[in-house]
Amino acid sequence: MSEKIHVHTTINDTEVDFLAESRQSLLEIIRDTLGMTGTKEGCNDGNCGACTVNIDGRIVDSCCVLAVEAEGKNILTIEGVASPEGLHPLQQAFLEEAALQCGICTPGFIVAAKSLLEREPNADEARIRHWLAGNLCRCTGYDKIVRAVLKAGEVMNQGDGAGRATTAAGAGPTDQRDVYND
Amino acid sequence: MQEFEYVAPANLEDAIRLMAEKGPRAKALAGGTDILIQLRGGRFQIDRLVDIKKIPELNELSFSEANGLTVGAAVECYRVYEDQTVQKLYPGLFDSASLIGGIQIQGRATVGGNLCNAAPSGDNIPSLIVQEAVAIVAGPNGRRNISVEDFCAGPGRNVLQEGELLVAIHIPTPKPNFGAHFLRFIPRNEMDIAIANSAVSVLLDDSKQHIVSARIAIGSVAPTPVFAREASALLTGKEANEASIEEAAEATKAAASPINDMRGTIDQRIHLVGVLTKRALRTAISRAREG
Repeated sequence: MSEKIHVHTTINDTEVDFLAESRQSLLEIIRDTLGMTGTKEGCNDGNCGACTVNIDGRIVDSCCVLAVEAEGKNILTIEGVASPEGLHPLQQAFLEEAALQCGICTPGFIVAAKSLLEREPNADEARIRHWLAGNLCRCTGYDKIVRAVLKAGEVMNQGDGAGRATTAAGAGPTDQRDVYND
Repeated sequence: MQEFEYVAPANLEDAIRLMAEKGPRAKALAGGTDILIQLRGGRFQIDRLVDIKKIPELNELSFSEANGLTVGAAVECYRVYEDQTVQKLYPGLFDSASLIGGIQIQGRATVGGNLCNAAPSGDNIPSLIVQEAVAIVAGPNGRRNISVEDFCAGPGRNVLQEGELLVAIHIPTPKPNFGAHFLRFIPRNEMDIAIANSAVSVLLDDSKQHIVSARIAIGSVAPTPVFAREASALLTGKEANEASIEEAAEATKAAASPINDMRGTIDQRIHLVGVLTKRALRTAISRAREG
């Protein structure tokens, strides 16, 4: 029963194969098997959003997804947000607005906010707060985070759609990897 | 998490067989936002998890004037509330589907799973009840239809028998001059479990001054979501005014049999059910008038 299942998926524009037990969450595989530790484990029960990834255009808590469900999916993690040319406008804005302290919640906030700004680059404060309600921060309060997202939205709105161009470029630091470990 | 076998059948017949083979040791997986947490917490032991998301019929979200709305068991909340027909004709379901969890949960959680999970606080369930939703169920002995108000059997328990799966939820097309609304009370602004919730629907006459019929359903105030039958019936033929609303809201409180727990007290929940029902009725009536 603990036989492993072969899963073929795409993570940050790179095709990835891995073996997973049926009971393993996508979060476990991303962190422990694939070694992509940018995605964080917080509550592990769908409340905190630290493990947010984007699957086929929708943000989800990767602790609430089985790894075997990732077969054939297209996944974006925090590692795929920056490009070789530089940080994503959201990452830059989080730095400039000091929108983080311990940093555990930050990857989830950025992956979640990116999905909002790509849909609604003009999202206002109320919309941002609503969209990010599934992401908890226990350090900063939320004002700086919201300010950073508003700022990133302005940058992404400026003419050339630089933010989206960065994203499209982005396999980021993830190498092609085929992981078959027992 | 415990070990189990994961299967993802491509058709309903296989899914039913795979469920039936394992009896109570098989569970269905849709969005997983409840069941994966329950498995991790050891709430029950299973041998097999049957992922229903690869079955085309269960992914159907469709509407026709004659047949109403069909929400397949694997249809996520976001698909429901982003659907323009739902926004227009099923306002109560729109309200509840867009309130559940946060955006991450809405990207995975299904309306069908919310129903099958049968939590007393399941936000979509009262909305389904007041829009006269019917659960279409298939199992080893064929298909049957169950009114949503009869679907939940207790906290976390539903009336599905071994091998049975929810296929879809079917909601009839509302008549003209129909309005519905769903409200809940939670301690936070978002992302919380209701201390009490209330869904209502009203059908007004052509003058839009009188109530032809109404349905009120409440949650988090009893072992299952409750259809407040008597309170609903009180509104039949009444003028759509504040006095009628007050009377029905007061009667709705009698349908609540809540417990004290960490989220709220009995008194608080009964009070809240009255307030929420009153407010939901006002909005449902004005929605019905706006058409």
